[in-house]
Amino acid sequence: MSPKLQRLILFGVAGLFLTTAVGLTLAALKENIVYFYTPSEIDKKEIGNRAIRIGGLVQKNSISVVGLTAYFIVEDVKSQQAVTYTGALPDIFRGGQGVIVEGKFNEDTFNANTVMAKHDEQYMPREVADKLKEQGIWQGDSKK
Amino acid sequence: MITEIGHFSLIFAFVLSLCQSFAPIYAARKSMDVIHRFSIRLAVLNAVFVLLSFSCLIWAFIVSDFSVALVTEHSHSSKPMIYKISGTWGNHEGSMLMWIVILSVFGAGLALTQKTMGLLQKSSTLGVQGIISSAFIAFSLFTSNPFERLALPPLNGNGLNPVLQDIGLALHPPTLYVGYVGLSLAFSFAVAGLITNSVDRNWARYMRVWVQIAWCALTLGIGLGSWWAYYELGWGGWWFWDPVENASLMPWLVATALLHSVIVVEQRDLLKSWTVLLAITGFSLSLLGTFIVRSGLLTSVHSFASDPTRGLFILGILVFSIGPPLLLFAINGPKIKSIGYLHLLSRETGLLINNFLLICASIIVIIGTFYPIALEIMTGMKITVGPPYFEATFNPIMALLVIMMGIGPFLVWKRGILPKSNKIWIFAGTSAVVISAISFWASNELSVSALAGIATAAWLGISLLCDIFVKIQKLNRNRYTNFWQDALHLQWGMWIAHFGIVIFLVGALGEGIYRSESVARMHIGDEISLGSDSAKLQAISTRNDSNYESLVATLKLTTSDNIQIGFLFPEKRIYPVERQTTTEAAIRRTVTADYYAVLGDGNRKDGYTIRLYHKPFVSWIWLGVIMMASGVAISIIIQRLKPKQTHVAFTS
Repeated sequence: MSPKLQRLILFGVAGLFLTTAVGLTLAALKENIVYFYTPSEIDKKEIGNRAIRIGGLVQKNSISVVGLTAYFIVEDVKSQQAVTYTGALPDIFRGGQGVIVEGKFNEDTFNANTVMAKHDEQYMPREVADKLKEQGIWQGDSKK
Repeated sequence: MITEIGHFSLIFAFVLSLCQSFAPIYAARKSMDVIHRFSIRLAVLNAVFVLLSFSCLIWAFIVSDFSVALVTEHSHSSKPMIYKISGTWGNHEGSMLMWIVILSVFGAGLALTQKTMGLLQKSSTLGVQGIISSAFIAFSLFTSNPFERLALPPLNGNGLNPVLQDIGLALHPPTLYVGYVGLSLAFSFAVAGLITNSVDRNWARYMRVWVQIAWCALTLGIGLGSWWAYYELGWGGWWFWDPVENASLMPWLVATALLHSVIVVEQRDLLKSWTVLLAITGFSLSLLGTFIVRSGLLTSVHSFASDPTRGLFILGILVFSIGPPLLLFAINGPKIKSIGYLHLLSRETGLLINNFLLICASIIVIIGTFYPIALEIMTGMKITVGPPYFEATFNPIMALLVIMMGIGPFLVWKRGILPKSNKIWIFAGTSAVVISAISFWASNELSVSALAGIATAAWLGISLLCDIFVKIQKLNRNRYTNFWQDALHLQWGMWIAHFGIVIFLVGALGEGIYRSESVARMHIGDEISLGSDSAKLQAISTRNDSNYESLVATLKLTTSDNIQIGFLFPEKRIYPVERQTTTEAAIRRTVTADYYAVLGDGNRKDGYTIRLYHKPFVSWIWLGVIMMASGVAISIIIQRLKPKQTHVAFTS
């Protein structure tokens, strides 16, 4: 084989591989994107059976725990969303705290499989803070 | 007083690094060797002053000098000494100073070693290093001065985030930084090589050792970070595809590619412009990693001390450090000429494929990490890209890479394959299929990807062992040379590093495929099952320590035949100074599996939430990481032990 032909083969195979890889990557990206909503933005028809994230504040006094399952309400200024979660809640999960839950809808209740809050008391997930700022219920940066 | 000494020596170091970067330009025009020698000495002097400055800061933390703002914010007199010291770099300002220390120590390292290197090449490499270090010292002095004083010193400090009061986290940033910053020297080599048009085999030989050192540290740093996340965060996972983790993985992938491509330049004088480009990209991605962590641009489990304005400054340095070198590459790159040509069936093609796959993998990580930010900036839509994306894209590419790793070592430089290679490949391939068939027979719930993972790991392990066996056997036939010396000079570094990947895969696959998990709300005396074993909650007690109070659960683990395995004591700690709660997972390590327990919230009446995991082979993950790093370290040593002419012997 001449050097030219070899180079052609090498580039051809690399090109083919790269196109396949890009195609597969984009497909994987499309399938695995998790959209983020606040309770007032939720449109159940549009969401359907996809996994999403909901972020907001845990409504004060809305938490009830039966066995391992916790029931609580995530709210923003306009709406509320009932959430159930089975498993261990994070250390600082409590009423009035910012939270992000990930899961799917079952009728009107949101079944979360992950509840995210941080090890820091003042922690507010950035996505939540931004959305709350937009809605005007963010009480300024009391962080520092 | 000591604080002022620290501050002034940092300012002095700033001036020195400016001189260090301009002296070679002046000297090159006048071709004055004296000035070249002088600027090399400057690099050493620079390191001395930066080290002095850093020691002064450590001193302020040791003696708890609360008149220094940084100490007040991040330390407390009741803290154990080790965390007072590690508190120095457990915050933004201090960690930036540590970054500068490593930068100048690497510069001084080059200045003091590699005496045979050309004077112009050395002083211009150090010049580029000087530019980087003056940019970072300016950053430190003007936007985040660690030596700032308080007019009214308080009686005590605010304390350090309890999550950061941990030995893993005391060691993780310095190690990672040595890796990140070590890549700066490769970057300086590349830029200086472009300026002086001296990218050749010697250039590669001098640069290689620095890439190796940086790679070792980067690997260990990422490993330490993952180990910390595993035991401290209490989620039982070891890799979360979190943006901050990805930020360290991107430069690692590029550095791994560089580690291999630089060998091709050294041996065959090929892939030169490619290697230059990798060296520039590697360090740029390290800076990007720092930028991500510092700016708070991405929400992450690892991020601390974030501030957008500082992020902007680093973004500035980033643009400044990518832009001009790439422009330089566009202008001077075509001048780099490769002499030989690539044969399809050769070691260099194998390494080219390795580079290609590694770059594909890093692009995948870059897309997954930055796509959400790009989408948010453009459309305002907020999304996250989770682990399933990475598992679907990154893992198959890595599987291909592992398959290639079983082929590459049998390819010869220039052209051809080693004798017996076909037999070894058939043997390793068949055994891999048999092993994954046996695992399927043992538990037929395994998915296709799990079986593929087992097969690729087995393939690599077996072909590596065959490679070692064949090469040692070949030595044996010749009686006239010193067997032990020849055996020592074989590629042990490569073998150990690659075998580290096999060990790592055993850990990752074992944990990924065979782990079991259970969660329950338990009262004292309750029992839950975990796989075939079970755990009983025997007691809940309280305990007081110097800087925290804690709640401790006692769990007794037994097998199905009621044989006692041992006890686990998961804890929940309350830090009064910082007013924070942390979860301390209890881990019982054995070679074949970890038992992992976390105490959640609860009280005596309703019971306590307890999470239990059984994780087979999980420690092998970090054992593998250590093997990879030590493999490269061994390869550095073996290169130094070898007589020089072996270079020629290898290429023929």
